[in-house]
Amino acid sequence: MGFWELFIETIPGYKDAIINTINITLLGLLIGLGIGLFFAFLKVSKLKVLNIIADMYIYLVRGTPLIVQIFILYFGLVQFVDLGRLLSGGIALGIHNGAYIAEIFRGSIQSIDRGQTEAARSLGMTSTMSMRRIVLPQALRRAIPPLGNQFIIALKDSSLVAFIGFQDLFNRAQRIQSSTGMAMESYIIVGIYYLILVLILTFIVNRIERALSKSERGVDHE
Amino acid sequence: MSKQQPAIEVKSLNKYFGKLHVLKDIDMTINENEVVVLIGASGSGKSTLLRCLNFLEMKNGGEIIIEGENIDPKKDNLNTVRQRIGMVFQHFNLFPHKTVIGNVIEALIHVKKMNKEEAVTIGMEYLEKVGLAEKAKVYPRTLSGGQKQRVAIARALAMEPDMMLFDEPTSGLDPELVGEVLEVMKNLAKEGMTMVVVTHEMGFAREVADRVVYMDQGVIIEEGAPDVIFEQAAEERTQEFLSRVL
Ligand SMILES: Nc1ncnc2c1ncn2[C@@H]1O[C@H](COP(=O)(O)OP(=O)(O)O)[C@@H](O)[C@H]1O
Ligand SMILES: [Mg+2]
Repeated sequence: MGFWELFIETIPGYKDAIINTINITLLGLLIGLGIGLFFAFLKVSKLKVLNIIADMYIYLVRGTPLIVQIFILYFGLVQFVDLGRLLSGGIALGIHNGAYIAEIFRGSIQSIDRGQTEAARSLGMTSTMSMRRIVLPQALRRAIPPLGNQFIIALKDSSLVAFIGFQDLFNRAQRIQSSTGMAMESYIIVGIYYLILVLILTFIVNRIERALSKSERGVDHE
Repeated sequence: MSKQQPAIEVKSLNKYFGKLHVLKDIDMTINENEVVVLIGASGSGKSTLLRCLNFLEMKNGGEIIIEGENIDPKKDNLNTVRQRIGMVFQHFNLFPHKTVIGNVIEALIHVKKMNKEEAVTIGMEYLEKVGLAEKAKVYPRTLSGGQKQRVAIARALAMEPDMMLFDEPTSGLDPELVGEVLEVMKNLAKEGMTMVVVTHEMGFAREVADRVVYMDQGVIIEEGAPDVIFEQAAEERTQEFLSRVL
């Protein structure tokens, strides 16, 4: 059996694997965005304690391998509560990406000119209101390119959940390799699947970016 | 409230940035309907003084009395104080993610809690006043500097403040765009708006100011009617400064 035969023959089996990889990546990103925004707020806060808490979180997460985090959340946690592979893996990916996303949001919030907040405050807006209505919308827009980059990293890193037995793309590839013995072909095929997903993700991020920058150039359509 | 009550009273105001003593025992009174122009070399503390007046900077000592109310930043609601004091910045600080009218109605809706229709009606009135009603639906980035600054003025005016602070409103503009902004400010002065203006436009000061205040190194050196300050300043430092800028 050659490469193309293996490729075509394994397509049906990959359908669920693709969906599972997308699901766990989306779950991880959703959790990661929430965590990221939360810790970004702690980091830009004027309260030193909150800065330190955020720094500690980011240090713990960035200082340990993702595979260790995934194993803690699955094999470690299973002694107390079994969340299942999808949820455990998704939370681990969320915690992990949350630290990086926090830094992205922090950077984009701090990149917004101080004059914006000052103008808002001078009009009588509260600090929460000026953050929510003036700074954040601009910061989120600015965060989209680095977020897109992080999303791609998250998608590829999700392959590590294969090692807790989650039936994702990489897990599928391992199974195909062990049943056929065609290691080179199996892993190149799964690589192609990741490339296609990354391509789609890049396309979506670019579209969002363009749509947002267009709205600032033209006329308001409300 | 009595007619005599000053709009702003500053008593021995002190401000430090770390060890840097930026404002030194400033005493100043701005009367209602008065136009005061603040002049002085760069770094003398003009912006800081202006920003202390609406509490964008916090004083380290002294009193700031707004319309008879001695404001305590720890106790008083600064957001309601700021609503009474409009501010215009050198760099406009328009909200780039909002249209021109969106900029003007933002605080009407979210601070004054007006409904959108009402806010747009008022917002359009003020855009008309600065001559930019036809630009209501475009985004700020498509405007010239002079237009941006006029929108910023409309945005501040729409809140119907009792007084306006201008921090070098024309310093960021190409020379040919200065006039249109000064024109709007002149009209505002004619209508009796209480104004404190930091500017290097001495022509404007001469023509519009009721009083000119000269600051140097965090101290008010001298103040008086424009013709007195410009023709016969008492202090040597003032004369020196004026000979450099006039
Ligand atoms: N946020 C700040 N932190 C530290 N120093 C500042 C800050 N703002 C202003 N200064 C300093 O305070 C002094 C007065 O500044 P400023 O009020 O901006 O002067 P002006 O508006 O007259 O040019 C300057 O020496 C300036 O460097
Ligand atoms: Mg200044």
